[in-house]
Amino acid sequence: MSPRAAWRLERLGFTQAYDFVPGKAAWLAMGWPRAGTAVAVPNAGEVARRDTPTCALEDRVADVAATVVEAGREVCIVVSPEGIVQGRLRGRALAGTPEATAEQAMELGPTTVRPSERLGPLVGRMRRRGVATIVVSDLKGRLLGILYRQDAERALEAAGR
Amino acid sequence: MPQAIDIDEIRPLLAGGAQLVEVLPPEEFEEEHLPGATSIPLKQLTEQATASLDKQRPVIAYCWDYQ
Repeated sequence: MSPRAAWRLERLGFTQAYDFVPGKAAWLAMGWPRAGTAVAVPNAGEVARRDTPTCALEDRVADVAATVVEAGREVCIVVSPEGIVQGRLRGRALAGTPEATAEQAMELGPTTVRPSERLGPLVGRMRRRGVATIVVSDLKGRLLGILYRQDAERALEAAGR
Repeated sequence: MPQAIDIDEIRPLLAGGAQLVEVLPPEEFEEEHLPGATSIPLKQLTEQATASLDKQRPVIAYCWDYQ
């Protein structure tokens, strides 16, 4: 639809007409600002905690565990230098071999959701599967934060949903 | 010829003064849209409907996704 619109705009005299091919879905999946009636209910990206501890693939588990304890959290997300989610360290992995690297100890491919995810259906899925937290990443796989189900439930309640 | 742009190109264009036009139905715009966008559904994309836009500035059309 947008290619036709861009051509139409050019025909109407706009000499610098562009077609934003990825569209609104991609914009929202980056976690960028939005407007409209839907903002009355926050989405996953807006409720996710952004101060999530992160570490590099080559970091030592002992060092990562210390950082996580210091931050008062239970989980650390392993990211590439570009911030792309690579894995997750929590529980036994954090308490395991201290000299292991994050890459050796991490859970590969943790489930992620886009920041544009609607909270209502997402919370429903998390409840059914007994999931307390979920990683939020943008369209490019970059870490945005961690969504805690309790935070999402509170946000929905505050929004009257 | 209109230029196709990707996710990395839109924000620099907006920072440079580009205008946004959402061409989806008005109820979809009402629910959720990009900040600062103008709603002009594709079927209503006429000279009159675009009169409030500046033809000297870049204009970016978008819909929901790649369709």
